[in-house]
Amino acid sequence: MSAAFRTCPVTRLKVESQAEALIRANAVAATVALLIGGISAILVLLTRWQAVHLLDAVWFYRILTVHGMNMLIFFIIFFEVAVLYFAGAILLNSRLAAPRVAWAAFVLMVLGMGLVEWTMWTGRADVLFTSYVPLKAHPLYYLGVILFAVGTLVGTCVFFGTLVVAKREGSYTGSLPLVTYGAATAAIIAVITLGHGAAIYIPTFLWSMGMMNVDPQMYRLVWWALGHSSQQINVAAMVAVWYLLGGLTVGSLVLNEKISRTAFVLYVLFISMASAHHLLVDPGMGPAWKVWNTSYAMYLAVLASMIHGFTVPAGLELGQRVRGLTKGLFEWLARAPWGDPAFSSMVFSIVVFGFVGGITGVTFGTEQINIIAHNTLRIPGHFHATVVSGTALAFMGVTYYVIPLIFQKRIAFYPLAKIQPYLFAIGMFIFSITMTFAGTFGVPRRHWDITFSQAPFDLQYNPAVDAIIGVMALGGLLAAAGGGIYILVTVWSVFFGERLVVAEGQPLTGHGLPPGLLKPPSPAPKEEPALAHTRFGGRTPGTMALVMIFLLAFVVYYFVNWKLLSFVWKIG
Amino acid sequence: MHTALQSPPRVWWKPAEAAEMFWVKLAFAWCLILFAMMPLWHFKGGQNPSGIRHRVEPKAFMARTQEFIAAYKIGEDHGIPVVAPPPGSDVYLIGMMWQWQPVLQLQKGASYTLHLSSLDLNHGFNLYPFNVNFQVVPGYDYGLRITPTEAGDFRIVCNEFCGVGHHTMVGRVVVTEGPGGMP
Repeated sequence: MSAAFRTCPVTRLKVESQAEALIRANAVAATVALLIGGISAILVLLTRWQAVHLLDAVWFYRILTVHGMNMLIFFIIFFEVAVLYFAGAILLNSRLAAPRVAWAAFVLMVLGMGLVEWTMWTGRADVLFTSYVPLKAHPLYYLGVILFAVGTLVGTCVFFGTLVVAKREGSYTGSLPLVTYGAATAAIIAVITLGHGAAIYIPTFLWSMGMMNVDPQMYRLVWWALGHSSQQINVAAMVAVWYLLGGLTVGSLVLNEKISRTAFVLYVLFISMASAHHLLVDPGMGPAWKVWNTSYAMYLAVLASMIHGFTVPAGLELGQRVRGLTKGLFEWLARAPWGDPAFSSMVFSIVVFGFVGGITGVTFGTEQINIIAHNTLRIPGHFHATVVSGTALAFMGVTYYVIPLIFQKRIAFYPLAKIQPYLFAIGMFIFSITMTFAGTFGVPRRHWDITFSQAPFDLQYNPAVDAIIGVMALGGLLAAAGGGIYILVTVWSVFFGERLVVAEGQPLTGHGLPPGLLKPPSPAPKEEPALAHTRFGGRTPGTMALVMIFLLAFVVYYFVNWKLLSFVWKIG
Repeated sequence: MHTALQSPPRVWWKPAEAAEMFWVKLAFAWCLILFAMMPLWHFKGGQNPSGIRHRVEPKAFMARTQEFIAAYKIGEDHGIPVVAPPPGSDVYLIGMMWQWQPVLQLQKGASYTLHLSSLDLNHGFNLYPFNVNFQVVPGYDYGLRITPTEAGDFRIVCNEFCGVGHHTMVGRVVVTEGPGGMP
């Protein structure tokens, strides 16, 4: 198969037709999963909101399973495969290695997803996302997950192959761009994760047919090496997308390649240890194991995220300052393109991921503090701030550039697209903090009826809980509206949208295009212009001020939780 | 200068500026504090999830629980036995679809070793209203040394999904001021 290229008129990148078609196919599959996951999110929300209590118990747990699988596995991973093909082939001006194999991977993934959907919707797999043994699903459920994982693994190999092809054919000079480097770390973590997936789903598949035994504690240990590590693919991919969006929207610069790349390597080395976060109050492991693993070997993966939390906004700030926005601490931020949906998505993604998701995650993942967090609403509160407000929002942001650049369509309903990140981010922010707050009262996650109307003993939560969950529901519905607009805009643009026709060498004009494409950031100067150096913040004092606020919030939240822990019964 | 979409020149291992290095060092120092807090709490703090941990066959644990119930039973509540074990004793609590056995009556300020396990699936031990949570795994005995610090009538909520009756799985713990009957 010979490679056919077109040159992107905006970025000047060479785009190969097979890579482009595969990015489209995976992105469309991701959107289908997002739609299913989104509808189920609304159903789950309207049931947990006791004032509405929509579904019955059977359907609540069933739809909760559907929500988890579609969002955390199908949506995210299809999208990540698309990101890998983009960062591999497109950014390196290369053809995609073995496109037929990539199509086979796609078919496997679709087939696996189909099996899982069928077993879930027909009530053969009411086991929730985690499917803790000895809770049992139909064997085809486990087989579906295995097929999906194998497909993903093959897709990841195509990405690695593409890196080799690009290097050998000399399609780029110098080192890998930082975005591709970040995507490569995501791909490496994906391989580690999928290895654990095989190690647990294959035995569980055999167990479901009565062919072997699986120890429940061993299941939790190995399953979470898949379940949590797969969220770390998201983190690495999301950070790569932050760097990408910074570059596309305002011409962000890389402060220092060494620091950013070292941070990515820390992810690869330490992030898989986070399986321990789920086992801190389990009977199977001792304190030394828990302390060492939950801290990713002394918080080195947290260090990585804190480094990116500085370098991404600092790269933005530097890019803006170099282009003349030098006044005060925050002119670079105030005069940023807030109307560009990709830019606003990126900023909200960074802020909510860091301030809510990151801080709560590290705090709840502390061995002893987990006693007052495990299996309460604090946990889904945390991960909706990371994987939804963080990863999903960053992915939504990048879509607004993928539609014109890869699908070559104008963005439909552009005014709606502009407000979409605001609705989604504000909604998810309210949703995740109120959910976390409700969890501090001990309200359980994954529970159909917290009024306990059918339980032998009565139990009534603090009346504040009702109000908090009411606000949580409003936040969730706001976010759902944002998610709905995203799906409407992307599906309409891709299938019924106006084709973007660009004459070679002409700038893009007209409606339905983000500002970063209409007026691309001016090319970075070869040599750095003279910038004021502040004593404390160097070239990027605004970012330094912001990360100090972040650190302060982190310290306060962390020690408040130790204080809360000290109030409960003595336990040892 | 270049963006993250562009290939940097081949040699990019260059010193970072002072401000960036300052943040990296500060963040690393904070990471070390985060790490040190956990071992420190093992020595200085009163709440640690270590416990005594053993494998146990679910049936054997059930048998131990029944022995325990027979030894200290003082009544029944909603058909579930109520037991009042003496201070310092081993206390057995078993989770099963969808109830906690037995109802416990403990004394404030006394220490017990609370053994948690499950007869069937994973369950979650959540002590209301203190928000104390432990995972209850079939095949494992989790023995936690507990000291109730407050008297009252408390609940145990299952917070790990265990099938369609999960939300009905609520147990009871009563803590009295001293030796004596139900408050």
